[in-house]
Amino acid sequence: MNDLADALQSDRATATGTARRWLAFASARRFDPLAGRLAPWFFAAALLLLAAGLYVGFRVAPTDAQQGEVYRIIFIHVPAAWMSMFIYLVMAGYSALALVFHTRLSSMMASALAPTGALFTVIALASGALWGQPTWGTWWVWDARLTSELILLFLYLGYMALEAAIDEPRRAERACALLALVGSLNVPVIYFSVQWWNTLHQGASVSFTTAPSMAATMLAGMLLMTLASWMYTIAVALVRVRCILRERGVLAPTDGSRSGSWAG
Amino acid sequence: MPALFAAIVLHDVSLAWRRRGSILSSLLFFVIASSLFPLAIGPDPQQLRALAPGILWVAALLASMLSLARLFAQEHADGSLDQLLLSPHPLALLVLAKICAHWVTSGLPLLLLTPLLAQQYGLPVSSALLLSASLLIGTPVLSLIGGVGAALTLGLRGGAVLLCVLVLPLCVPVLIFGAGAGAAADAGLDAMPQLSLLGACLALSLFLCPIATAAGLRISME
Repeated sequence: MNDLADALQSDRATATGTARRWLAFASARRFDPLAGRLAPWFFAAALLLLAAGLYVGFRVAPTDAQQGEVYRIIFIHVPAAWMSMFIYLVMAGYSALALVFHTRLSSMMASALAPTGALFTVIALASGALWGQPTWGTWWVWDARLTSELILLFLYLGYMALEAAIDEPRRAERACALLALVGSLNVPVIYFSVQWWNTLHQGASVSFTTAPSMAATMLAGMLLMTLASWMYTIAVALVRVRCILRERGVLAPTDGSRSGSWAG
Repeated sequence: MPALFAAIVLHDVSLAWRRRGSILSSLLFFVIASSLFPLAIGPDPQQLRALAPGILWVAALLASMLSLARLFAQEHADGSLDQLLLSPHPLALLVLAKICAHWVTSGLPLLLLTPLLAQQYGLPVSSALLLSASLLIGTPVLSLIGGVGAALTLGLRGGAVLLCVLVLPLCVPVLIFGAGAGAAADAGLDAMPQLSLLGACLALSLFLCPIATAAGLRISME
């Protein structure tokens, strides 16, 4: 009986210990050196995966029977489209954390992710247009997925505009967190409303419920590119959040400031 | 609580009534904007009739954006917003009362004017009335979503433009379902699915938007 109680207690102790160790990184002072150490590794991983993904995509993967070489744009288009939606979700998650726990670092992570999300949305839209011209014969159609991707871009831009318009950093952080949460609740409604409105886009080729309808090497190339995008996003977000921490005066400007003009 | 709710609505409506000019000018904007489209597109009655629900909905959406910036601005300037935040009653309900008053003074006149404007486009009376019905369900949603944007952009430089940038993308579903209901009615199809979806949007935003607006006001007034 005693043994059991002891075991339970020690279990709980280690559990709270682990939780505390993770929560410690909500402190900017602890998080900053970790982010600085990790960022180069994520950059290196992104470069390696990008090289591998491009090699598989452009040299190994076979030519598509129907679409010819044009289809190869999916190695950029699909990962970018996935990332654009996924990053908004992650931003909403960080924003919820920021509003519930009042952690400034969480909302800074959200605002560090926003430009990358907007970038991927633009890449998805532009590469889609480049693919649509030879395949559908038009740069743009008012199709459900294109439209919802465009509205997602507007949401990203609205988020960044609100952040730029508010001078006090704390108000900007919390207002943007609320906006991201409201937007993320609206995203599924927008998606379905636009889908019922009009649909021309080809059905999803990759889904988690049915067997994928593409060659294994194509899938491998796409997954490699997706992983590369993930690594790139993490690396850039870590670098950007370190800049934001210094911009907003949470951390004293360190290395660069000695030569910079704003050291005093 | 119901008495307080009614008092806030009455207070805001009578304040707006004493400054009728701003209500009138956003109505005038609605009339002018919807009269510009035939001039730009051409007078072909067939084409105009097909475009009417969409044009009237977009014009109504833009007209309701105009008055949004005023939703909390006056109270913010004279300090009564601070009193509202200090009140022991739930802020979300007080905010809902203000949004109701905003809808009565901005959304309601639009939908009363719509059957008249629909005549410019040669819509038959029955589809014009159905278009009004879709506005009756849809414009409260616009006011509710707009309230969140108004709270977040309170007192900012260039707040009115920023407000449109934030709110318009969020209004896309309402626009699609609302204009879709009008178009379906004119094509002789059943408009009930779109109206039901609009009703679902209204129910969802009636629950969520006052809470988000209250949170936004607390953030902006910190």
